[in-house]
Amino acid sequence: MSEHKDYSGAKIGMWLFLFTEFMLFGGLFILYSAYRTLHPADFHRASGELSAALGGANTVILLTSSLFMACSLTAIQKGRKGASMLLVALTASCGALFLAVKGFEWASKFHHGIYPGGPGLLQRPPGEVLFFGLYYVMTGLHGLHVLAGTILLCVMLALLARERIRQDDCVKLENSGLYWHLVDVIWIFLLPLFYLAA
Amino acid sequence: MSYLEAQGRGGLLSWLSSTDHKRIALLYLFLLVPLFWVAVSLGFAMRLKHLFAGDFLMSAQTYNALFTVHGVIMIFMFVIPGLPAVFGNFFLPILIGARDVSFPRLNLLSWYFFAAGAALALLSLFTGRGAPDTGWTFYVPFSLRTGTNVPLAVSAAFVLGLSSILTGLNFITTTHRMRAPGMTWHRMPLFVWALYATGWIQVLVTPIIGITLVLVILERLFGIGVFDPAKGGDPLLYQHLFWIYSHPAVYIMIVPAMGAVTEILPTFARRTIFGYRAIAYSSIAIAALGSIVWAHHMFTSGMSDLAGVIFSLFTFLVAVPSAIKVFNWTATLYKGSIDMQPPMLFALAFVFLFCIGGLTGIIQGALGLNIHLHDTYWIVGHFHYVMFGGTGFAFFAALLYWFPKMFGRMVEPKPVFIAWGLMFAGFNLLYGAFLLLGGMGMPRRYYAHLPQFHPGHLAATVGSWLLVAGLLVLFGSLLRALRSGRRAEDDPWGGKTLEWRIPSPPPAENFAEVPVIDAAPYAYNPGRRS
Repeated sequence: MSEHKDYSGAKIGMWLFLFTEFMLFGGLFILYSAYRTLHPADFHRASGELSAALGGANTVILLTSSLFMACSLTAIQKGRKGASMLLVALTASCGALFLAVKGFEWASKFHHGIYPGGPGLLQRPPGEVLFFGLYYVMTGLHGLHVLAGTILLCVMLALLARERIRQDDCVKLENSGLYWHLVDVIWIFLLPLFYLAA
Repeated sequence: MSYLEAQGRGGLLSWLSSTDHKRIALLYLFLLVPLFWVAVSLGFAMRLKHLFAGDFLMSAQTYNALFTVHGVIMIFMFVIPGLPAVFGNFFLPILIGARDVSFPRLNLLSWYFFAAGAALALLSLFTGRGAPDTGWTFYVPFSLRTGTNVPLAVSAAFVLGLSSILTGLNFITTTHRMRAPGMTWHRMPLFVWALYATGWIQVLVTPIIGITLVLVILERLFGIGVFDPAKGGDPLLYQHLFWIYSHPAVYIMIVPAMGAVTEILPTFARRTIFGYRAIAYSSIAIAALGSIVWAHHMFTSGMSDLAGVIFSLFTFLVAVPSAIKVFNWTATLYKGSIDMQPPMLFALAFVFLFCIGGLTGIIQGALGLNIHLHDTYWIVGHFHYVMFGGTGFAFFAALLYWFPKMFGRMVEPKPVFIAWGLMFAGFNLLYGAFLLLGGMGMPRRYYAHLPQFHPGHLAATVGSWLLVAGLLVLFGSLLRALRSGRRAEDDPWGGKTLEWRIPSPPPAENFAEVPVIDAAPYAYNPGRRS
């Protein structure tokens, strides 16, 4: 086969993939809005039980990581491989840190029996059951995306090291960055819907 | 050297690792055909059961499993991937003068997802506590409660959806980026327009069913409550999410079929297509309008009247772009020099049967009539007219039309004419009887039927025998052509689009030299602007 490189094509493909990710979460946002309209008071109460401080911390972590990500792309475009690698590593670390905070949050809720089918949840009104059901599904799905993104960034790190991503051939890093920013944007919607609804 | 001949080491592995879009198309075809026959057999068995009103041949539970699995296989594994994955993969790059799709490796990966999804679906039949019995729609709360193997079947649908998304993504990017020099948007063959519109539907709505199916699995595993009325969840929301995908999905099924027919009609009428732009834009219009009509599946589920009126209105509107296509096809035939070859016959059957399917759809889209027709055999008749009479016949039309190009062999026309006669008669007997039965009130998915419905059921069952006999003759003659058919010329039908300018079967990278396009497709009327 003849070698075929089409950076615009690769980016179009990535954007289409991002649309599918938006629609994937879109179904959940529809459910959220329907149930919140049905049970406004329950959602309000349940939201108060989530730690806005931890949610806020995670927001800062993700936003910072997106900044690192954008800088790493600029760095490789200027031919500074070392700086780019450092910035990608920082981005991935932020991803891991985010997951650690998320895990801590989930664990403390589990500890109080607040999980689907858990004793602390079943005796509550239906709106709160739905709130926490959606909370686990949506932050869980988002967490999976952060995990996938972190792994992806580690792969990019290896590709940078082997100079498979270079100053003149960095569309892979750019697409990874697009994906990472998407994960970030989705969190920006999750934060107010779950943590700040109270 | 053609794409069929061995490159490198050869053998099965050279096919399973090939990123050639033409080989991938054949990989799909080799999975689709057996799956199609499995689903046909299940449908055939269901019709046999109705030879008698009461107990016969199988238990009621088996019957439930049969209509579920028939629907799941036909929809997710034959009709949705049928035209895009087989003919789209094979001809999209050729029709726009490209050597392959934009992402050849992703294309192969889509096939593996498809194969994995099909394997999971078949596995769900024989493992766990029995084959799924929910119907292909997996409606909650029953799909949450039933002991049968729903989670595996649902996972299969999820993986198949992933395959469909990746194919759509690939086709959109290919259409944007890979067109040959001079191949402007308005010089693209209309099959490409149809695939492009289909690609957008696949990309934008398939994720919705993805997340919905994941929620069914999570609900069954962890009881999160979002669809479970016992925990405050609303099953109606499941129906909304399901149909937000599954209604546009019927356009994933029909739009490429329309595209293929649009290629066939000008070739055998020896005329330029009438209303090129109208047909091209109506594909996009169907994709757009078709995405906002989903709740017409739920008129009896307890929506507000206002919502009902709005969705009914949009349902009527979506018929407009489909009708535009039908009028333009008819106008293309007018004063054409019609050569009634087998592909043409199947394409014309498509137009006729699709009209019945479409018009019955309008009838049931009316709010009042829908109450009477909902969940009856009328609905089953309607969607078989669209999905089988429409997409199925178009699939065979496309297969017969492009067979010489794909395999380099000609199909003997005579047995195909006989097959067509059997299929067309059997089809109308079978599903025409369904429409009448439904109008009389025969509910769908019932194992037993009342005596007054018996003549109709008898007619339908006899129709199913004719239909299957026709299919057997058709596939028999295709297999014979594959083995010992006459060698095909480069352009056996006198087609004008790019695929007929390259050898049959095409070489590995399609074009020795990438063509430069300087005219519209279907250039049959010299001197006249198309």
